[in-house]
Amino acid sequence: MAVVTVIEAIREAMREEMARDSSVFVMGEDVGRRGGVFLATKDFLDEFGEQRVIDTPLAEASIAGIAVGAALSGLRPIAEVQFADFIWPTVNQMIGEAARIRYGSNGKLNVPMVLRSPYGGHVRGGLYHSQSVESYFAHTPGLKVVAPATPYDAKGLLKAAIRDDDPVIVLEHKRTYRSVRGETPDEDYVVPIGLAEVKREGTDVSVITYGLTLHYSMQAAAELENEGVSVEVVDLRTLRPLDTETVLESVRKTSKVLVVHEDNAAVSVGSEVSALIAEHAFEYLDAPVMRCAGPEIPAMPFAPTLEAAYMPTAEKIAAKLRELVAY
Amino acid sequence: MADAELQTDLPDAPADALTTEDLLDIYATMLLVRTLDERVWAMNRQGKAAIVASSQGHEAAQLASVWALRKNAPDFFCFTYYRDLAVTTALGLTAEDSLRGFLARDGEPLSGARQFPQHGAAPELKFINHSNVIGTHVPQAVGWALGAKMRGEDTVVACFFGDGTTSQGEVHEAMNFASIHKLPIVFFVENNKYAISVPMSRQMAIERYALRAEGYAMPGTTVDGTDVRASYQAASIAVQLAAIGGGPSIVEFDVERYLPHTSDDDDTVYRDPAEIEQARKRDPLEKLHALLSGTGLLSEERDAAMKKRARDEINVATDSAEAAPFPSDEDVFRHVTSET
Ligand SMILES: Cc1ncc(C[n+]2csc(CCOP(=O)(O)OP(=O)(O)O)c2C)c(N)n1
Ligand SMILES: [Mg+2]
Repeated sequence: MAVVTVIEAIREAMREEMARDSSVFVMGEDVGRRGGVFLATKDFLDEFGEQRVIDTPLAEASIAGIAVGAALSGLRPIAEVQFADFIWPTVNQMIGEAARIRYGSNGKLNVPMVLRSPYGGHVRGGLYHSQSVESYFAHTPGLKVVAPATPYDAKGLLKAAIRDDDPVIVLEHKRTYRSVRGETPDEDYVVPIGLAEVKREGTDVSVITYGLTLHYSMQAAAELENEGVSVEVVDLRTLRPLDTETVLESVRKTSKVLVVHEDNAAVSVGSEVSALIAEHAFEYLDAPVMRCAGPEIPAMPFAPTLEAAYMPTAEKIAAKLRELVAY
Repeated sequence: MADAELQTDLPDAPADALTTEDLLDIYATMLLVRTLDERVWAMNRQGKAAIVASSQGHEAAQLASVWALRKNAPDFFCFTYYRDLAVTTALGLTAEDSLRGFLARDGEPLSGARQFPQHGAAPELKFINHSNVIGTHVPQAVGWALGAKMRGEDTVVACFFGDGTTSQGEVHEAMNFASIHKLPIVFFVENNKYAISVPMSRQMAIERYALRAEGYAMPGTTVDGTDVRASYQAASIAVQLAAIGGGPSIVEFDVERYLPHTSDDDDTVYRDPAEIEQARKRDPLEKLHALLSGTGLLSEERDAAMKKRARDEINVATDSAEAAPFPSDEDVFRHVTSET
């Protein structure tokens, strides 16, 4: 077991998969000599060479489109979009094409590619380096979307994504890159796509979350423990397909649910989780499903006060939990 | 772009010439495709076929491209678009396959009748025509060429699209990348001078699209796409260049679309009948017929027999496709992901 940061875990996942399978390669802006702006591909150029570590032109639509074509031809590209805020030109290829190619070819084709991107805020990134983009992709059948929050999950899910035969969007919260450390096994492992995990067991109330707010929710849960409240925290890890069973099991156990995410609430992953609970666990609920999510403004602003006003922090989560417990 | 102006920026390389037999094969294929295309229009007007985008006027360029690939590339793969009935037919999609697509019947091989006619994939026939979204296949074709190059295969990728498609940003991005990495790909632009109703002059400010090639540092040529031999020559040079590691080229075919954009379009509101009349004079089928009969390669009897064979084949295919059921709705949830 080694203790590593999230970015180190991501780097190791790609390095191991590239060493294991010659059809795996990385492409994106600055992934070569620079090693990626977050150093996800540090030293890859020396280790794997120009053929498999491709510095692309500054053109996201074709980073995705060329990756789709390379995947169709039998390779396993890992395309990097430098910041998720710049992912929108890839929508034409990822949502319009990659998601529909297996279906539209009646199963004759598939697109075994990964699109990785750092997303999320609370890093003083302002409007264009803080966005949460997951709902747009998670809405789309044919895509898989993962959002790991720990080094163990980041490495295991990225490996699973690379080995998966469908297009997988891997969203990595950039604030976790260096701030979150954890153990990863020395031996090869994957975290299967589509499985949530109970990160903290509890009996009074469930938090359903993913990404950076997993860590904030854990802090809030620890705080509530001091107040005598037992909080269960479920980390979704995969946003499509959702692990409905793990969510429902937790709801049946605690009967009270707070859904937490940084993305704004409307038409979000939280909307879907709430609807699933209403559909399948209504009789178990002792309170309405509550949400603690980003506000309905177009982006996370730059000034620290404004950023704090956006962010679902541990304090805000704890306050919501108290409200829910008191219901 | 007049008929006679054949402009070539490519170096003159000897292309493996078309034989008499090739020309007769191309003629037979063109007859079959034309007969099929006309049949589908008739079935559209009868309310049987939902939509058709015609290859009429483009067939010489399309068939010459396929022959150029066959004769000059060790291996090849095509990314096509909706107007490429002659490409798909030459690659082995049968008339009945296509008709099952136009009628959305069970057993349609490209998409199981999930998609518009001609859309889906036939990797076994060396082509993909997946999307209705204009231009998305161009970066995908470049990605396929990247894959071929990375694996050390000697595949030449052919990517077909129209003049309007060239305006898409992704097409620029794809060409730029292909040229930087000297990928084995040929961009075949079927320039019929219209994108639905929008004329070429509102699509680009240059006189011919291939001029853009210079900006990508790749060869670009504009050729009379209604002339099989000229098209073959231009296509072959580009295919050979790609095959020897010389990188991508643009081959722009000057073709005509004398029918409406699709069966849903009304071209009378934007096209002058006199212009269409002029365009019809460049009918590639008539031109090839004139070439073959004028040089004594095709007798009247043989021509009549070939036409009859095409008609018979289409008749049999039509009956068979019409007798086929629609696909079962049981399959609607299949092939979303590898798990389904
Ligand atoms: C992205 C996108 N925009 C618009 C359309 C609608 N559309 C379909 S074909 C077409 C014109 C294409 O013209 P061109 O590329 O010249 O091909 P042609 O049909 O003339 O062969 C348009 C606008 C589309 N399918 N996709
Ligand atoms: Mg056109």
